[in-house]
Amino acid sequence: MKLTVHGRGVTATTGGAEFDPGKPAIVFLHGAGFDRTVWRLQTRWFAHHGRSVLAVDFPGHGWSEGPALDSIAALADWTAALIDAAGLERAALVGHSMGALVAVETAARFADKVRALGLCGVAAEMPVHPEMLESAKANTPKVEELITFWGIGNALHKGGMVSPGLWLRRESLAVLSGNRPGVIHTDLAACHAYKDAIQRAAAIKCPTVLVLGDGDLMTPAAKAKPLAAAIGGARSVVIPGAGHFMIVERPDEALEALRGCV
Amino acid sequence: MVDAKFLKPDTLALHAGQHPDPVTGARAVPIYQTTSYVFRDVDHAASLFNLEVGGHIYSRISNPTVAVFEERVAALEEGSGALGVSSGQAALHIAIATLMGAGGHIVASTSLYGGTRNMLGLTLPRFGITATFVNPRDHDGFRRAIKPETRLVLGETVGNPGGEVLDIPAIAEIAHAAKLPLMIDNTFASPVLCRPLTLGADIVFHSATKFIGGHGVAIGGVIVESGRFDWEGSGKFLTLTEPYAGYHGIDFAEEFGPHAFIMRARTEGVRDFGCCMAPQTAFYLLQGLETLPLRMARHVENARKVIAFLEANPAVERIASPDLPDHPDHALAQRLLPKGTGSIFSFDIKGGREAGRRFIERLRLFSHLANVGDAKSLVIHPASTTHAQLDAAALREAGIGEGMIRLSVGLEDADDLLDDLGQALRAATKA
Repeated sequence: MKLTVHGRGVTATTGGAEFDPGKPAIVFLHGAGFDRTVWRLQTRWFAHHGRSVLAVDFPGHGWSEGPALDSIAALADWTAALIDAAGLERAALVGHSMGALVAVETAARFADKVRALGLCGVAAEMPVHPEMLESAKANTPKVEELITFWGIGNALHKGGMVSPGLWLRRESLAVLSGNRPGVIHTDLAACHAYKDAIQRAAAIKCPTVLVLGDGDLMTPAAKAKPLAAAIGGARSVVIPGAGHFMIVERPDEALEALRGCV
Repeated sequence: MVDAKFLKPDTLALHAGQHPDPVTGARAVPIYQTTSYVFRDVDHAASLFNLEVGGHIYSRISNPTVAVFEERVAALEEGSGALGVSSGQAALHIAIATLMGAGGHIVASTSLYGGTRNMLGLTLPRFGITATFVNPRDHDGFRRAIKPETRLVLGETVGNPGGEVLDIPAIAEIAHAAKLPLMIDNTFASPVLCRPLTLGADIVFHSATKFIGGHGVAIGGVIVESGRFDWEGSGKFLTLTEPYAGYHGIDFAEEFGPHAFIMRARTEGVRDFGCCMAPQTAFYLLQGLETLPLRMARHVENARKVIAFLEANPAVERIASPDLPDHPDHALAQRLLPKGTGSIFSFDIKGGREAGRRFIERLRLFSHLANVGDAKSLVIHPASTTHAQLDAAALREAGIGEGMIRLSVGLEDADDLLDDLGQALRAATKA
């Protein structure tokens, strides 16, 4: 599905079903350097179970026009505008990593537009290691390797994907290597700079679930606790053996955790 | 920050795609000899059928043992995903059928397995898919042969039986400039000696019957996708970028991104054409994969000893191996296949067809049969067997002499192989 937000073209997949603004909607927000396709094993299920789905490519990512936006606040403004552009009054937001920070910021500042939150692979802060930032700034493949290596949980480094025949390491590297120059650095720098999650969390009043991996080395589950505590009524689901890419590594468990909330 | 320390190929050959069975603790990959899988409930069944969740439905489409094999090959080839099928020919067919229909056109190297040449030159034209064949060293020829209806560029890492090495990075550049994918048959090199996806190719396929299986006990094939080709940007692949009624209007590129090709190949290709890999076959092939790195090193070592022996033998007229400095692709082979070019090569024996016949009949350790890449050493006369369908001109074009002998050097003690070759050459030239 093609939309226009702030005058630029946006691509979103609707999970294989006609987008109907009359149904409860879910907007899926991907992480740094990734795109809409990370949600393939959640979007199709929701789209065929009573929801309308938009899994978007953020500006400058995937098939959406650029440039990439350089702050979580700007991405939240964009997400609010996206909800309007799709003809929705409200939507649930499901975000992964950077996308989860965007969901928090959007839910706090545009509370009337957000009916529920699913925060996957999230932490109160997401400081990025200087080496990762430097390699991203230099547009070297090293940043793609670091994100992939640290993002995949220990078990999945040997594989064992739920979807037959797919190899997560190369999936991640393929998507990351497809980014235009500078995009990954813009994303990582935005995550690194964002320190407002706890403060924003107090303003969130909608049902919220945090979906965490107990093998997540990028946003360890323990680092999400302050955020969970700051969002009134938030529920946390920790998926055993899952790394930072839990939505792909353990898609069924991630779906199960989300479907109770969004 | 600790650098990325991914598991390395020798480790992946043993472990990728498998965790010890959580119920029984079985360390080896279990053979899931089952046609079908019990659904948790009606909604789970519907979700599986509609690709909303991952998992298995029916072993024609996927099977847990086959899935381990697929993921392991994908890991070794550096691909985003793989699909196991019933043979190398099935792999070729499914890949082509996934990319194009009637009216499609393929630009292919002339240096191809005879069965591939048959399919492209004789069989597929009946279904409206045509091919233009180009000498693998004629890069401009590839460029010139591309037409508006071309959908694929195809070649082999190491050609058969002349040992032509395809300049994969250069041909990939030509294909990509025309917004086309490059598909490589990597059977003769195996992922141990060459990983075409890291050199710019977009799809790799294998006859897994050969080095991957390695023991001559099972027929199988596998297709691997890089995950990097821009199907949407190309605009030439409607099977991947337009709604498909087979799954309620699914758009594979939009929804599956780096898995678009392999998902369509699985959910349409093997679903409809039915050329699935049996779980027992996957088990045999997995046994082969576990020792593939070790075997390939020994294959290369033995082949080099045999080549050196033949070079010094007065009964041998010419050896076609890119391992040799006088082969036209020697420098290219050193660049693309630095660990060696495998163990399959050909040579011409003095005395032509009749001497070749006598040579083959006198061999004791080398088995005369139609296969390559076995642990055991093999021999064949291509002009009368694997390439028998080619006329004299096509044989010349493919670099095949009438007296050419093809060897697939196995894992025996090299001294025994040299003794066997020596006595057979003496017998062949004495008569």
